[in-house]
Amino acid sequence: MIQVTPRIEPSKLMTFASPLLAIFLTLIFGSILFSLLDKDPLEAMHLLLIAPLSDAYNISEMLVKMGPLLLCAVGLSLCYRANLWNIGAEGQLLIGALGGSAMALQFVDSDVWYALPLTLVAGIISGMIWAAIPTLLKLKFNSNLILTTIMFNYIALYLLLWGVHGPLRDPEGFGFPESAIFSDATLLPLLSEDGRAHIGIIFAILLSLFAAFVLAKSHLGFQIRVFGADEAAAKYAGFNRTKLTWAVMLFAGALAGLAGVSEVAGPIGQLVPGISPGYGYSAIIVAYLGRLHPLGALLSATFMAVLYMGGDLAQIEMGIPIAVVGMFQGVLLFFLLACDFFIHYRLTLPSNSQYQN
Amino acid sequence: MDIDFITQILFAAIKTGTPLLLIALGEVICEKSGVLNLGQEGMMLMGAVVGFLAAYTTGSAGFGIIGAILMGMIMSLIFAFLVLHLGANQVATGLALTIFGTGLSAFVGADVVGQTVQGFQPIIIPLLSDIPIVGKILFTHDLLVYLSFALAGLVAYVANHTRTGLVLKAVGENPNAANAIGIRVLRVRYCAIMFGGAMAGLSGAYMSLVYTPMWVENMSSGRGWIALALVVFASWRVGNIMLGAYLFGLASIMHLVLQGMGWSISPNLLAMLPYVATVFVMVIISADQFKEKLLAPKSLGKPFDPRQMA
Amino acid sequence: MIENRCLDDKKPVDKPNNTRPRLTLKNITKEYPGCLANDKINMSLENGEIHALLGENGAGKSTLVKTIYGVVSPNAGELLWEGHTVKINNPAQARDLGIGMVFQHFSLFETLTVSQNIELCLSKVQLAAIPSLALRISELSEQYGLNVDPNKYVHSLSIGERQRVEIMRCLVQSVKLLILDEPTSVLTPQEVAGLFIVLNQLSKEGCSILFISHKLHEVTEICHSATILRAGKVVQTCNPNQETPASLAKMMVGDLADQDAGYAKKIGHDISLKVTALNLESAQPFGTHLKDINFDLLAGEILGIAGVAGNGQEELMSAISGEDDRAKPQMIELNHLPIGNLGAGKRRQLGMAYVPEERLGRGAVPDMSLSENTLLTHSKGFIKHGIVDWKGLKTYASKLISDYKVKCHGEFSEAQSLSGGNLQKFIMGREIGQAPKVLICAHPTWGVDVGAALAIHQALLSLRDQGAAILLVSEDIDELFLLADRMAAVCDGYLSPVVRCEDTNIDQIGQWMAGTFIDNTSEPVTQEMSS
Repeated sequence: MIQVTPRIEPSKLMTFASPLLAIFLTLIFGSILFSLLDKDPLEAMHLLLIAPLSDAYNISEMLVKMGPLLLCAVGLSLCYRANLWNIGAEGQLLIGALGGSAMALQFVDSDVWYALPLTLVAGIISGMIWAAIPTLLKLKFNSNLILTTIMFNYIALYLLLWGVHGPLRDPEGFGFPESAIFSDATLLPLLSEDGRAHIGIIFAILLSLFAAFVLAKSHLGFQIRVFGADEAAAKYAGFNRTKLTWAVMLFAGALAGLAGVSEVAGPIGQLVPGISPGYGYSAIIVAYLGRLHPLGALLSATFMAVLYMGGDLAQIEMGIPIAVVGMFQGVLLFFLLACDFFIHYRLTLPSNSQYQN
Repeated sequence: MDIDFITQILFAAIKTGTPLLLIALGEVICEKSGVLNLGQEGMMLMGAVVGFLAAYTTGSAGFGIIGAILMGMIMSLIFAFLVLHLGANQVATGLALTIFGTGLSAFVGADVVGQTVQGFQPIIIPLLSDIPIVGKILFTHDLLVYLSFALAGLVAYVANHTRTGLVLKAVGENPNAANAIGIRVLRVRYCAIMFGGAMAGLSGAYMSLVYTPMWVENMSSGRGWIALALVVFASWRVGNIMLGAYLFGLASIMHLVLQGMGWSISPNLLAMLPYVATVFVMVIISADQFKEKLLAPKSLGKPFDPRQMA
Repeated sequence: MIENRCLDDKKPVDKPNNTRPRLTLKNITKEYPGCLANDKINMSLENGEIHALLGENGAGKSTLVKTIYGVVSPNAGELLWEGHTVKINNPAQARDLGIGMVFQHFSLFETLTVSQNIELCLSKVQLAAIPSLALRISELSEQYGLNVDPNKYVHSLSIGERQRVEIMRCLVQSVKLLILDEPTSVLTPQEVAGLFIVLNQLSKEGCSILFISHKLHEVTEICHSATILRAGKVVQTCNPNQETPASLAKMMVGDLADQDAGYAKKIGHDISLKVTALNLESAQPFGTHLKDINFDLLAGEILGIAGVAGNGQEELMSAISGEDDRAKPQMIELNHLPIGNLGAGKRRQLGMAYVPEERLGRGAVPDMSLSENTLLTHSKGFIKHGIVDWKGLKTYASKLISDYKVKCHGEFSEAQSLSGGNLQKFIMGREIGQAPKVLICAHPTWGVDVGAALAIHQALLSLRDQGAAILLVSEDIDELFLLADRMAAVCDGYLSPVVRCEDTNIDQIGQWMAGTFIDNTSEPVTQEMSS
């Protein structure tokens, strides 16, 4: 009979292979699902995974989706490494968009050079504030970070809706829940003529490299890692729990806020209700898939962006509901958690130990 | 504002709070055994969509309820296997369950969005419903609400006055000790988790078959999360859970109350109320760290390794 | 196996005619990945026999006992119960046979009453056979002098009382073989005497007792026979009465026993650490409040603090190390500097070092490498502008490993891959390597093999001789008398007077551990804490 035995040391091979194995299993699951729905699995897989990279326009769109995913995931990676269960990236993103829009709307008719930087800063600070409140509640009142950040996601959504229906609504917009269209002065420069990809993705990549460096090489990064791995040891070492918590949470909030303002000051160009197809939640999966490492997040954000794009294409060309993307993400995380089991345990056949009867 | 209005509001508060009550009853048992299941939203939505589809295709709401309960249990079983047998992190797995359930329910229900079914009709209990005021508030509900009353009583009784409740408490406090004295910890936790799943499914069915008899994506709007906060708020006690559920129900229908009082506030701001209320409640409760450490099941969220002895 | 004989004032145990031994182990073998815990163990117990299982930490006693109790299954070998071969797959089956076990770390539920705790262990059948559990508990309590109140909540009981509840649990189930895992390590000397009276009574009634210990003078006092384990094998089965503690020690650990003895006592000079009127409420729901603690720790001495676990040691160490910074500044002074409200990091910078009780999961991060774990407390000289000098750390960690003879694959080894003794040596080396003025040490050789224990003892003495002040907290009185120059005891958050080791003995310290020094007429002073 197959036995499960613990490993003496965790398997380095499985640590890298597990995400790949999880992706593979998810694709198999997807293929079976599509067959059951009378859709050609191979065609679906092609649309989901290959088509998004097939031409410059598609790649550009993929980069548009990758930016916010990567930004949020980098922040979340640090949070989860520190054992801070910040689920609020979505809300921080939305508030970043809201705050950034409020600033951008001050410059609708102007052309000054500082319009864009101010807009971005407004977005970043808004995101930081939205992360700061649950952090304060946690540090001062010991409230559960998971629940507070989730509640704040919902509150952010309704704040956004209120903003777009009320104070920030375009007076000349015929009553639609949208803000005025931003002036060019507050839009992020494009990367190329083809498509909507903008320099936001460059920010994201640079920040990811920065976070990776801090985590591996700096004392702050070390303290974050210890704090997440063993809180008793962090306390014993005298690491300042308050300082670390603020640093990590505000950083994550800033990144999510930047992601949000980059959406409205980028591809969308105005404030609308549907800014995010759940980027903040998907970023959780991106972070996990990247093994909570900022560089890993680069790879997994690419994959996830491809999946998002592919989902759009699959819906247009094969009529598969867009919800398939969300479902895949969930299945992916399940398989990842299951495959991670093999990092610490292995399957063995009946042992040939000399000690047996 | 007159008596009739207040009566209607309280009636609506109970009705609105029922899905919360059902889920919270399930989660409190789960947490008492030491397992934190954050997958409530996912299980609830799957229960809602499966229940709806079952009722839609068979024409019977009863089949819908059964289907929903079964679905909830199946979803929770996935969670249980990952967490109990593969030792996966409870928080991450619960999140995965929510994301999966949300996505899968949207996928599965894509074709029936906006359709309606014949839900449950209110059952007016004779005699009792004639009691002035109280009668209208408590005894003119539909079957599932009465069921929720009964379930609350049952859970409270089992948790506090039976051997099963004692075993549950022991496992939640110290699973290693429980294992050492021969209690089958994994079996107890499996049962607790599946009970939680069943209740989450039932709660979902209530939403899609009774409360608003139709299916819409994401129709639970975070109630699963609020229920988690509710369990902490109630200090893991059933009586408090009931109270809390109805209070949140009240917060959810605030827009009706204010309309009735002649105030008009942006519906978006009012929609925030249950969530703001949840945050408020959590702050007050958790601020007493001492009390929380005292009342929370000691092993909540921690993995159990049977190979490790006390 | 047991002949008629007199054991001091204990009644002789007659060997019954024609009955098989209660328990027989034949060639029991248990293998774990990377180590052979039990290697062809043979052992046998008669009815009413009190049998000691001796051996140092890591010898395999715990594993063997887990096999008997059904927690683990052996890879090879046979178990016979009253002559019949049995397979014990889980504790429930063990209990059905009549085997009861009292663990080193009790399996009791604090939020339940004594009665509820015991009820949980009984099967439905057993429960139905007892008309009133509370009554039965009271009866047994009378009969054996256990003093157990069925309606009390376990969290309100002392450690000694909790152990008696565990024994009561076995009695209610009519135990035929009672296994006790290091029962005396958590008791005061007086409580140990009380325990032995109970065990003798049980033995007279025919109950077999398996008594695991590493305390040799206790074994010679109460046990009829002993099996000595070393590195997983049986090295000797003997009659402890015909041996001395010294000869037993030699059988257990070989020649190392001689080396770890006879250390010279020193007298300290200037006051390094001064604790004045330390009053602190515990931060945990069931913790112990510190009440008016006063003492001086001198440079060049080892001050030992004795006490049964749960009497405030943890709270005291946290307050001194800085993990708990709620005290008023002047309550704790380091070289005349008030530090009572400073954090652990700051105190470390001022020259304090701490070896905590939990090595894995506090003293060291389990899945980080040894060089990373070095940085945990030793950051001086390795950080420039916030960036870590990993290369320098790795070199230094390698030096620590070789200086303290830490057995591992290298500085990259994860802390959790080291044995307890080696990890403790590493942590000790890390703290001592910072040339601290004050070193606080909690249970430094708990669960550590003899070789490592010797090395740790000598490292501590060497540090003392270089002029450091060392505060040593331990549950092992023998270790304290071996190493400490002056001693005190802590009980219920109060600190006894501090005396020189030469001027006291185990009996007095034992009494102090039970709290006889506490003057019940004086009110402890409660002060507000600084925020």
